[in-house]
Amino acid sequence: MKRLKSIDDFKALQGLIIADRDPSISTIVIPAGTCGQASGANDLMRITKRELLAKGLTDKIHLRITGCHGFCEMEPSVLIEPQGTFYPKVSIEDMVRIVEAIEKGEVLEDLFFVDPETGVAVEKQDDIPFFKKQVRTILARNERVDPIRIHNYIESGGYSALAGVLTNGKPKWVVEQVKSSGLRGRGGAGFSTGLKWEMLAGQSNGHGKFLVCNADEGDPGAYMDRSVLEGNPHSIIEGMIIGAYGTGATEGVVYVRNEYPLAIKHLVIALGQARGLGLLSDDILGTGFSFDIKIVRGAGAFVCGEETALIRSIEGKMGEPRQRPPFPVQKGIDGRPTAINNVETWANIPIIIGDGAQQFAKIGTKGNSGTKIFSLVGKIKNTGLVEVPMGITIGEIVYDIGGGPVDKAKIKAVQTGGPSGGCIPAQKFDLPIDYDSLIEAGSIMGSGGMIVMDENTCMVDVAKYFMNFLKDESCGKCLTCRKGTQRMYEILDDISKGQATLEHLELLEELAEVVKDTTMCGLGQTAPNPVLSTIRYFHDEYIEHIKNKRCPAGVCKELITYFINENCTGCMVCLRDCPEGAITGEKKELHVIDPSKCIKCGVCKSVCKFDAVDVN
Amino acid sequence: MINLTINSLNVSVEEGTTLLEAARFLGFHIPTLCYMDGLSPYGACRLCVVEIGEGPKAKLVSSCTYPAEMGLNVRTASSRVRRARKMILELLLASCPQSKTIQDLAAAHDVRQQRFKQEYEDCILCGLCVRMCEEQMMAKAIGFRGRGENRSIGTPFDITSDVCRQCGGCMYVCPACQLRCTYTEPEKAVCGGCANLSPPCLQKEQFDDMMCYMDPCVACEIKKD
Repeated sequence: MKRLKSIDDFKALQGLIIADRDPSISTIVIPAGTCGQASGANDLMRITKRELLAKGLTDKIHLRITGCHGFCEMEPSVLIEPQGTFYPKVSIEDMVRIVEAIEKGEVLEDLFFVDPETGVAVEKQDDIPFFKKQVRTILARNERVDPIRIHNYIESGGYSALAGVLTNGKPKWVVEQVKSSGLRGRGGAGFSTGLKWEMLAGQSNGHGKFLVCNADEGDPGAYMDRSVLEGNPHSIIEGMIIGAYGTGATEGVVYVRNEYPLAIKHLVIALGQARGLGLLSDDILGTGFSFDIKIVRGAGAFVCGEETALIRSIEGKMGEPRQRPPFPVQKGIDGRPTAINNVETWANIPIIIGDGAQQFAKIGTKGNSGTKIFSLVGKIKNTGLVEVPMGITIGEIVYDIGGGPVDKAKIKAVQTGGPSGGCIPAQKFDLPIDYDSLIEAGSIMGSGGMIVMDENTCMVDVAKYFMNFLKDESCGKCLTCRKGTQRMYEILDDISKGQATLEHLELLEELAEVVKDTTMCGLGQTAPNPVLSTIRYFHDEYIEHIKNKRCPAGVCKELITYFINENCTGCMVCLRDCPEGAITGEKKELHVIDPSKCIKCGVCKSVCKFDAVDVN
Repeated sequence: MINLTINSLNVSVEEGTTLLEAARFLGFHIPTLCYMDGLSPYGACRLCVVEIGEGPKAKLVSSCTYPAEMGLNVRTASSRVRRARKMILELLLASCPQSKTIQDLAAAHDVRQQRFKQEYEDCILCGLCVRMCEEQMMAKAIGFRGRGENRSIGTPFDITSDVCRQCGGCMYVCPACQLRCTYTEPEKAVCGGCANLSPPCLQKEQFDDMMCYMDPCVACEIKKD
């Protein structure tokens, strides 16, 4: 790669790359993020390459390996461009057929996605209900870009926003644009990004300033940041360079979890390519403006996603929050001004600068502009990443995009915002998703985890699960957070075992309020949310556990018994599978579970084909 | 100078003064456990919380770490603050009931009982000993380890530290076993069940004779069973 010496050089290169490409050539797009690779995308890649080489089709059919497109439930999937044909759950044999079909200019109708509601086969990706309702400004870029090829990114318009800024943008204009776009921090707190940048720009530049990309995504079940970092690392880099130009920052840091090896790998490659082309480090595109980015790998502490703890971790100290003020923009890494933004926030910057702030502000609602990626998981048909405009209702995400419940059990609630978030009941599904209304409902936006729960989920158990997570992940500095989460877990555990009284429930609420009030950092202040929101919306379930010693969802082991009803045909499957030998019975006769031996593992219920095992 | 109000009284303080210092300057008592003059404030025990801000934006902050800001309206004993302090003391009593310091604080704040499952721990992780060792004794022999419920104080790998001079500073500042070293006359040292603190950097046998007047130590006796 030749280093680009000026903005004109860059424009010439971009023109060359675009002219070089023939958009009519069919391209096989295989999403191979971590999720895709886990479900078999690597095999598809290998087979496709072999087929194309063996048949000498490399000129006629192109192959592009990209990051995750979002429809993780249907992976490994294949997208054929330019037609937009989508094949879900592709096997190795199917892949060979697909290559053949493309060669002949045909489509394989038997492999199409079938809408489970209507039973109709859908050819195009854009017609699938899962994609139809989304506004995919960020995720759609994942489709167009091979993360380890910078030319791919440049071809799709990448680094144009940076070139534009460097040509005629004043730093003040950049900050003004971001401010007027109304972009709010996607990490969860929702602080205005433009305001944060303005504060950083206003700090004196004596010893340098830092920009940080916070990729320490730790919420259970959330992986938006990973997908963006894996699928489009250059958009983060471009966003950070633009940010540095606007705020006068001199150094950048991407703080990424070590549990994201693919993201780190792609980022390292992308940084190397950007440096090689002269888009990063000294004298960017010959303009005299310098900025470089380094990677710091986190060691897996949830609390290091908190700004001040993250700064300490970058400094090489123990990851533990400190008092704000002074805020990081005043005193951050090594005492120098630092602005920290989430991965998704950075990914939005090139879009805002490229398309214009006004265009960006049109998406979403007033005060909550733009799109937000959620990772939709749990008891729902279409799990995956969904990108929706702010202000869409929870119901639309769950039913229209998510496709509703997996089986007969009704959806009861969604949990948003990770361990610090809260549960929102089905009655409130018409709630628009934005920072403010979620807080009002007792939850938070968080970084975008969305866990769907149905009637087989016990809310006490959910609260207990998150509290167990938090008591391990609290840094332990503040007494109220360390001991508070431990004690809340203790009481929840008692409730789930039927050993608690109504006084315990009162104490739990009282304690939760105090922990929320008195803890220093965001982790502790939001830690009681799972408890408070479940008590608020599912008080009956708590009472049922405490007064009647009953778990309505049939989850809390101490409060349930398994028994076999008259549907039993005596097939002996459960008898054979019971790990404790607790089931007795003869062939073709009603079986019986011995409650003294039963460990309530639920194996019998899951293997029974006749609905003969009940939980009481 | 920064002007602020504390419990409706106006006060001017120098920049960099903490709310705790400002309140104490005016004579308002704020209880603390992890704060000590001469050591950097840490904000771990949360006992010193005060209420700042107005209306829905009112919040509690630890006064030992929060810097005085222009125009701030501080309440050191509002009902919200008192409720929080009581709960914190209840949590402390539930974990570390043998500390005389904590018992006294609890009594002073009208906490007569605690409603959690009783534990008998030695350390409240206030970090005074760590800061004493680092900032006053320039040794850095002990530090925090682990996080969440596994957090503890000690040396790396529990190996006796080379830099420890056995000054006993850590024990001197410990609120869980203060009585051990602060009283000079043995008969006055009423045992609060001294929590049996033994930083692993110290060879404990040497300290038994040197520091503790209680023989046998009540807390040690409890521990042995």
